[in-house]
Formats: sequence, structure tokens, C-alpha cells
Amino acid sequence: MSDWPRVQLHVVTGKGGTGKSTVAAALALALAGSGRSVLLCEVEGRQGIARMFDVDPLPYAERRLARGLPDAGGRAGQVHALHIDPESALLEYLAMYYKLGRAGKALDRFGVIDFATTIAPGVRDVLLTGKVFEAAQRNARNKDANTYDAIVLDAPPTGRIAQFLGVNSELAGLARVGPIKAQADKVMALLRSPRTAVHLVTVLEEMPVQETADGIAELRAAGLPVGGVVVNLVRPRDLGPGALEEVRTGDVDRTAIAEELTRATAGVTRELVDSLVAEARDHAVRRALEDAQHAVVAGLGVPTYDLPRLAGGIDRGALLELAAIMREQGLA
Amino acid sequence: MRAPRLDVDALLDDPTTGIIVCCGSGGVGKTTTSAALALRAAERGRKVVVLTIDPARRLAQSMGIERLDNTPRPVSGVQGPGSLDAMMLDMKRTFDEVVESQASPEKAKQILENPFYIALSSSFAGTQEYMAMEKLGQVHRQARAEGTHDLIVVDTPPSRSALDFLDAPERLSSFLDGRFIRLLLAPARGPARLMTAGLSVVTGALTKVLGAQVLRDMQTFVAAFDTLFGGFRQRADTTFALLQADGTAFLVVAAPEPDALREADYFVDRLTDDGMPLAGLVVNRATPKPFADLSAEEAIAVADRLRERDPASLTAGMLRLHADRVRMVEREARLRERFAVAHPRVPTAVVPAMATDVHDLTGLREIGRLLAADLVDP
Repeated sequence: MSDWPRVQLHVVTGKGGTGKSTVAAALALALAGSGRSVLLCEVEGRQGIARMFDVDPLPYAERRLARGLPDAGGRAGQVHALHIDPESALLEYLAMYYKLGRAGKALDRFGVIDFATTIAPGVRDVLLTGKVFEAAQRNARNKDANTYDAIVLDAPPTGRIAQFLGVNSELAGLARVGPIKAQADKVMALLRSPRTAVHLVTVLEEMPVQETADGIAELRAAGLPVGGVVVNLVRPRDLGPGALEEVRTGDVDRTAIAEELTRATAGVTRELVDSLVAEARDHAVRRALEDAQHAVVAGLGVPTYDLPRLAGGIDRGALLELAAIMREQGLA
Repeated sequence: MRAPRLDVDALLDDPTTGIIVCCGSGGVGKTTTSAALALRAAERGRKVVVLTIDPARRLAQSMGIERLDNTPRPVSGVQGPGSLDAMMLDMKRTFDEVVESQASPEKAKQILENPFYIALSSSFAGTQEYMAMEKLGQVHRQARAEGTHDLIVVDTPPSRSALDFLDAPERLSSFLDGRFIRLLLAPARGPARLMTAGLSVVTGALTKVLGAQVLRDMQTFVAAFDTLFGGFRQRADTTFALLQADGTAFLVVAAPEPDALREADYFVDRLTDDGMPLAGLVVNRATPKPFADLSAEEAIAVADRLRERDPASLTAGMLRLHADRVRMVEREARLRERFAVAHPRVPTAVVPAMATDVHDLTGLREIGRLLAADLVDP
């Protein structure tokens, strides 16, 4: 059972290096069960989705990407993907609201598109979130358009997320009136509603956890709905608390380990035992730090979800594995 | 394919090395690498200043720069003959100072209070990168004039993509004296004949999208800023030339992950194309190679046998951890090898992950030692 049954728009953010795009992709797969249709959007021009799913670079159009994670009855849904770039979004916006076909091209020639999308602060973000908003507002009356049960947005990093989503206040100082302001207001209404949840991805290190805490405070201050904290790249849990303590304090019986190994395999050397003990000690030290940071995360007062670090790296199989864990833990 | 080793100490000790720029994608440990290099150089006798962008709180505290005051402050606790100053970049203040230095007091006031300028100087996507370069130029000029420092280590902003760092100054300066700005200026200057049909479409559309107020703010800003364009452009060009000069060394920082190494790959190509002096690649947070030579498969097989007898076996848990580590080491080696195939001549330093976080000089010193040790393909 999902912890977020009313949420239609899942925004995924996280500090660089925490695996936010991986989490967004796995979440889309997890949400696309039981015939549900999901749209996975990226807005940072990195083509990360195409690389993760090993497909050609995505255009500014919704493409079928992958079958989702099947439910217990084996029924899956479909994940579509969309790469949103601000230039295309602006041209589409102008065409849709102002019938600016030819004039739109003139704008491009004067460098205005470039100007409006990269320079004019906030406008770029309104255009990006505006496209997500448009996809979220579709319903059965929109002919020939895909409709989605859920949308996952691979959003900018934690440090910029409140600014990105809070485009309204960003714009307030500049565009006090005008159509882009009206558009921003509509987008804000969706982003601030219970239909949206902003999930923050972190790893169990001091700085990302601190940024996550700061991000939650900023989102709350901006009136944006905080979702869960996804703790990514969690180290293996092969040693229990007692064993970790034993290893950390150096209180291990090397002779016993050597004897146990010798019963199971040949060629056990002193070097092997020493190496295993040293590796386990490194791990235990790191785990102690992780546990301390995990306690900080638990104290943030939002639901948390733990995803393992997979030694083989991320491919489609790994994404499905993570999706299954998300569903099990109630993120999807 | 084995990458040549990056000789960090030779780079730091070379008196002709005047600037080291650490670049790479976000979350790869650029700030820590910059600080560790700066500390090592200082302890080896250089007079160093390190320019950081967004250090972790405790690291900043340990270096005595928790306040954003845009001025290098001495770091205490440096052991050895050199000296180390550190500063954290305040981008808005740097921008304001440039405006103040280029314009008359009343004009500067007019610009600084313009809503468009405020937005541009605090949230334009490239401002931070541009101001990091501007500050580097300032510190460099001062160091040369007063002999305060003989090595500047620069950390770069956590961009969306590592390339933003090179592109942003150009983008901002070409915006500031670009074609569109000139068009915007035209109505302010008067001649009606410049109001071509094309332009009225443009301003009409912009008014529709942004509203008339934004256009008015922009026009006021542009009119006030007009005389400064040349100065900005020239400063950006000077700094760009400084980056290309001998005496500057770029270090590309990455983590042994596909995304970070892909960014590093783009960056190396780009630096080469732009004639920027590339010193090498630093791969942070590498999984340390275990010294026992036991394969992952074998370790798992033995662990399974042990668990059959005793499900709570500590030894089995250790073997599984060993297997996990071996797999990580193999995967990282494959990723680095791919990079080395594409860039066979880029010297590389591999820094093993530390078991603990780094937030004091002792930790930085240890990172510096690891940077300088020969650990490529251990």
C-alpha cells in the first residue's frame, strides 16, 4: 500500500552524486504497475533517462520508454518519458496561447528565446514546470493526448529546488503582472496542493543529510508539500549490530575465523584472515557514521525509504530491483 | 590500458604553477580536493590562497571561513614553511563590487537598485561561475602586485554540468553586449526608424509573455549599464586568457561513477579544444582494493557454505562484504579503464575513499597525502 495515494506529481530532488535520477526512474517503474500509466520527465538537458534505459536521446515529445514493474498478478503499466527543454517549451507556450507561429520564429532569430529562457530569471523555471503542469492537467477530454495516472519529475538538485518550484515568488519582483505571472500562479496552485509531493534523495553522509534538512525547511517555508526522504546507496547490511561492534573495537578472534574458513575452503592464509578483518573494520567505521546520519534523517519527521547500493551499477534490471523495494516500503 | 600517474607534488612544487582550477560535476568532492591541495602546497612551502564556493559547514569552520566576507583569511594550524589563506565566494557582492568599480557612485546606485539587476546578480544561472572567474582575476592581480600569494587554488561552482563553468562567463558577457540588448536600447535612444517590423513583433511578444513592467525594468537597467558593457567584456576576456596561460593547471575531479566520469570525459575534450592547460584527472572516493586475492564468486560460495552451518556466522558476513568490495573495485577499474582508453595521455591520481568524513586539517592532510601517493591501478 502506497504512503502517497493522493499524489499525482512526484518531484524528486537530491544533492549531486546522490543518485536522484536513478531514484526518479525507479519510482516511475514502481508507480507503473496494474495497468497504470506514468510519465517520467527530465528538465536538466542531461539525457540521463535515455542513458539509463539505453535508448536514443529523447526529443521534446512523450515517448514510450518501458513497461513498469508488474504487480502481484503480473500486470504492469507503461512508463512514458519526456525531455523538457525551455526553448521548445517557450515556443509551444507561445503557439498555444498566442498563436505565435511565425512571430515565434522571429523571436528565435533575435536571440529572444535564448534570452528569455537562460537569462530572465525564473522564466525558464516557469516554462519547465509549466509543461509538467500541462501534462498533469490533461484528462479524457484531450483528444489524441496521453493522460497519466502519475508523473515523476527528475528535478534540479536540492540546493535549487525551492527556487525552482517557488518560481512564483522569484517572479514576483519582476513580472508583477502579465501572462507569465498568471501561468506561474496556476502552476503554483498545483505544486502547493496535496496532489504534489517533493521527495528528497540523500546518501548517509554529513553534507547531503544537512542539505536535505535545509531543503525540507526551505520547501516548508515556501509552502511546498514535502514527501519522503529516500536514503540511497545504503551499504550492505551483512553484519549485525553486535558483530559491527566486535569488529570496530578489534575484538575479533582471528584463530576462530581461520578455523571456520578452513572447514569451508582450502588454502586459507593468515593474509586472507587479516584482509577480511581489516575490510570489515573499515566497513564498521563507515557504518557507524551511516547509522549516526540515519538517526539524523529519522529525526527529520518525514517518512524515509532505504535503497541499497548495488555493486554492479545501474542498468534496467537494477532499476526494477530498486522499484520493487520502493513498492515494498510504500514509496510507490 | 593504464593511465599515467599524476605527480601531484611536482605540480604543487613547480614555482611556475600559479593557478590550479578544480572542476568536475557536483558531488564528486571538488571542494575537499581543492582544500587538500591548497593545504599540501602550503605545507610544502607555497604561499597559497584557496577560493571555495560552497564548503561543508564543518570544513569551513575548521578553516575559519564560515562567514561569507569575500576576503581571504589566514587558516591557522598549517604546519611547515608556507602559508594558507582561504575565502568563500559571495557572488552578489562580487558583482556589486565590479559595478561600483566601473561606474560613478550615482550610476552604480541606480544599477544596484534596479529589480532586473538584483535578479540577474543573484539568480542568473551563470552568475556564480562568472563571479568565481572575476574573483580569481582580482585575487591574481592583487597577488602579483603585492606578492601576497604565489599559488591560487580555485574550486568551481556545483554546476548542472561541468561545462557550464567555461560557458557561463561567455554567455553572460555576450548577453550584456548582445544583439538583443542593443535592440532593447534602441527605443531608449530614440530613432524611430530603428523600430523595424521585426522588433515590434519581438517587443510585442515579450510584453505579452513577461508583462510591460519587466520590459521597462530591463530597459532602465540596460540604459544605465550601457557604458559598463565594454568593461565587463574586457574583464571576462582577460580572465579567460589567464586561464589559458602557462602557469594555470586544470584538474578534472570525478568519482568512479559513470555519470561523473562522463562529465570528466566531456570536460577533458573541452579543455583540450579550448587550449586550456590540463594537468590531469583526480578520481576521488575509489573503493580501496582488498589485499587478499579472493574472488567475489569464491567468497560468496564459501559464505553460503558457512551460513548453512551457522546462519549468524560472522565470517560469512565478512566474506559477503569482501565480495561486495571486490565487485565495486572491478566495476570502478572498468570505468577508469574506459576513460583511459579515450584519454590515454591524461595523468591520473586515484584517491581511495576514507572511512570517515573529512572536516578538519588532519583529514585534509590525509587526503593530500593520498593524492600524492602513487595509487593508480593499485
